Amino acid sequence: MTDNTAAKNSAAHIALNGLWKNNPALVQLLGLCPLLGVSSSVVNALGLGLATMMVVIGSNIAVSLIRRQVNDAIRLPVFVMIIAAFTTCIELLMQAYTYELYRILGIFIPLIVTNCVILGRADGFASRNPVLPSAFDGLMMGSGFAIILVLLGALREVIGQGTLLANMDLLFGPVASDWSITVIPNYKQFLFAILPPGAFVFLGFLIALKNIIDRHLEQRRKSRASVLPSKSRRVRVTGNI
Amino acid sequence: MALINSRSSIRAGQTSPHKLALNSTQRVMGLLVLATLPGLLAQTVFFGWGTLINVLWCVLIALGCEALVLKLRQRSLAVCLSDCSAVVAGVLLGLALPPFAPWWLSLVAVSFAMIIGKHLYGGLGQNPFNPAMLGYVLVLISFPQEMIAWLPPMGLEGHNNSLSDAAFAIFGSGVDAVSMATPLDVLKENSSLTINELWQANPVFDGMAGRGWLWVNVAYLAGGLFLLWRRVFTWHAPIGMLVAITIMATLFWQGSGSDSHGSPMFHLLSGATMLGAFFIITDPVSGATSNRGRLIFGVGVGIMVYVIRAWGGYPDGVAFAVLLMNMAAPTIDYYTQPRTYGHHRANKGMPKRD
Repeated sequence: MTDNTAAKNSAAHIALNGLWKNNPALVQLLGLCPLLGVSSSVVNALGLGLATMMVVIGSNIAVSLIRRQVNDAIRLPVFVMIIAAFTTCIELLMQAYTYELYRILGIFIPLIVTNCVILGRADGFASRNPVLPSAFDGLMMGSGFAIILVLLGALREVIGQGTLLANMDLLFGPVASDWSITVIPNYKQFLFAILPPGAFVFLGFLIALKNIIDRHLEQRRKSRASVLPSKSRRVRVTGNI
Repeated sequence: MALINSRSSIRAGQTSPHKLALNSTQRVMGLLVLATLPGLLAQTVFFGWGTLINVLWCVLIALGCEALVLKLRQRSLAVCLSDCSAVVAGVLLGLALPPFAPWWLSLVAVSFAMIIGKHLYGGLGQNPFNPAMLGYVLVLISFPQEMIAWLPPMGLEGHNNSLSDAAFAIFGSGVDAVSMATPLDVLKENSSLTINELWQANPVFDGMAGRGWLWVNVAYLAGGLFLLWRRVFTWHAPIGMLVAITIMATLFWQGSGSDSHGSPMFHLLSGATMLGAFFIITDPVSGATSNRGRLIFGVGVGIMVYVIRAWGGYPDGVAFAVLLMNMAAPTIDYYTQPRTYGHHRANKGMPKRD
């Protein structure tokens, strides 16, 4: 293994990639259908985010385990079968433990199969890397997706309905029934934020925010880099450097 | 309004040789605002002071949003604010919103129109959609309850022409104003009465169209004819829309029974028909470019307006129709490029690039 691949498999690199630099929702723009479809409240977003994360971890581990046995020509059908199996497991689990949420999320749970993030990671990372980095990559990509999903859900819930964390008992049981926070009292529903077009607009703002932060970091890095050469003293300076 | 020159040529005091006078954005927008005055007057007379307050409030927000974004984009405030395009967007939205629309409703509509509808796409001249209609549709789908609350027109019980009531309804906690469905709404909901019975049973109808609405639309028509006379825009888009509505309304009139969709005159003189035909679809930025294209654009809007009114989910469809046709405008432009003098056929689309 060369130094380069070792660096690529380091935990810090995988984490940075999944959460920020190559975030599936903000940078790769994969899995937009569930991202826009169910991010109308925190509980929906968190439910689907966790389910997707579990599927991507599971499929990454499984794909990595069989990576030497599977022929290149048939790898995609094999990956899809594996992902479908994990999705079915998650679906049955949700049906058993969080039935209400299962009903609300509806078609979006089986549709996890078609989420490009999962197939993308299986083909792009897990099929070429050992089990442990693959599992960690799944965790990081899954959380990168889930974090944006929850962020979008929170934004849309506050602006659309004026509440936050409403109905969390659907996911965490009766303990969570009083978690709901009324951010803006006597709020009139802002339907646009709850409907899918609102999700597009808010996702656009989140991407813009990420780009602003990236640009800011880049400028800081550049200005720091430009300071460095001046430290090396030169005996004679001609013209402007 | 396609006669607008680019800003640099205005600054140099030049114009194309075949044009007689400068037609700056500022002049066009100024004329547009001037031409809305009869409509504004009619709406204020028939529906109370709310319209006037709304227009002023919307213009204020539009200018504020414009200034804010220009500052963020580090553009010159003086040049861009003085072209009056923000004022026009504010005026059109203020006229389109119901008279007693609360202040936050206008704030949401106008700021969305200016910031997202106009400046996020690149500012004046870059927006694919009509910003005013985008703002209107946003609040129409978000706050349906507030958006259908029109006031009873002059001459009906509940008509409110007190200035303080209007101001209090918009900026305060609201007064108990009687809200009344618009004629288009009543006709849409009607399923049992014949047209004659409906006209007698519901005082909101009067003569050919709704009470008040008739004169509001005539006023906008007058303003539009003034703009045509001043050659601010060509006749193609407005005439296309009005003819299309007339033909559609004649074809699907279905007489005066209970399933009637209303007479052609009713559709021409009710709702936002005239405001849309002369002030909204003539927007040079989001509409089609060539004369033939504008005609097609107008006909498309007219057909769509009637389809939404007759069979759609909303009583009036001008805003939706305009947005839908805005999306079709690039395709219309693609197929209606005029023939260049000296060439046999028109170019279609972009030139080939290797």
